[in-house]
Amino acid sequence: MERIPILRMGKLLLVTIQVDMHDRLAMTLQDDLTERIVKEKASGVLIDISALDIVDSFIGRMISNTAAMAKILDAKTVVVGMQPAVAITLVELGLALEGVITALNVERGIALLEQNS
Amino acid sequence: MRKASPTAIVLPLLNDEDVVRLRKAVREELLSLGFGLVDQTKMITAASELARNTLKYGKGGEGHIQKIQESSKLGIELLFTDDGPGIEDVELALTDGYTSGGGLGLGLSGAKKLSDDFELDTQPGIGTTVIIRKWKFP
Repeated sequence: MERIPILRMGKLLLVTIQVDMHDRLAMTLQDDLTERIVKEKASGVLIDISALDIVDSFIGRMISNTAAMAKILDAKTVVVGMQPAVAITLVELGLALEGVITALNVERGIALLEQNS
Repeated sequence: MRKASPTAIVLPLLNDEDVVRLRKAVREELLSLGFGLVDQTKMITAASELARNTLKYGKGGEGHIQKIQESSKLGIELLFTDDGPGIEDVELALTDGYTSGGGLGLGLSGAKKLSDDFELDTQPGIGTTVIIRKWKFP
């Protein structure tokens, strides 16, 4: 089964989404991330969406849910690399991405996560 | 289901992969029409929402992609049609945050906000057709 790889860097988990995900793949990622947070006792999750041209409400919800589950498991979530057109569309869509911190790029995202752990 | 116009690209919406395929096809048409990046992003996002609705709530259906023209204005028309249960309360369905399926409730209202024209034709027990259009201003 296709899966999006999750990398571990110390206490952080890094995910780079590089494919146009179908809904099932997004759900698998959400489950995999939650499992890995528990397994690795991760303190932070970094989701790199710089390759995503489109973030619709399903993906947005996947990201928010992941952040909410991470929070329950005492981990923070940072989303990095949101494309400007995506940001504009999310605002118009009214999608809040609750509980999600955003950063411009991976370096700043990691710095943010390490700051608080 | 609404019958497709002879010049439309018709794509099935019967599974998750079909939604991804439709997004790609919509992007290609938008690119060939010369739409800017933000407009592309908005329309593909709107298409994704409606395609998912057709699959999830409409129990599967079709997407039609069509280039359109009105005097000198060029545009794209996307139509999503199914033989599903239809929408009982359209006003409610169009409210931000209303969901009957555990989603975010932003799909239908979102698609309306992201496009220039929006039409909804639904009959409970018969099916639903949603049409969105975006115009390219020269």
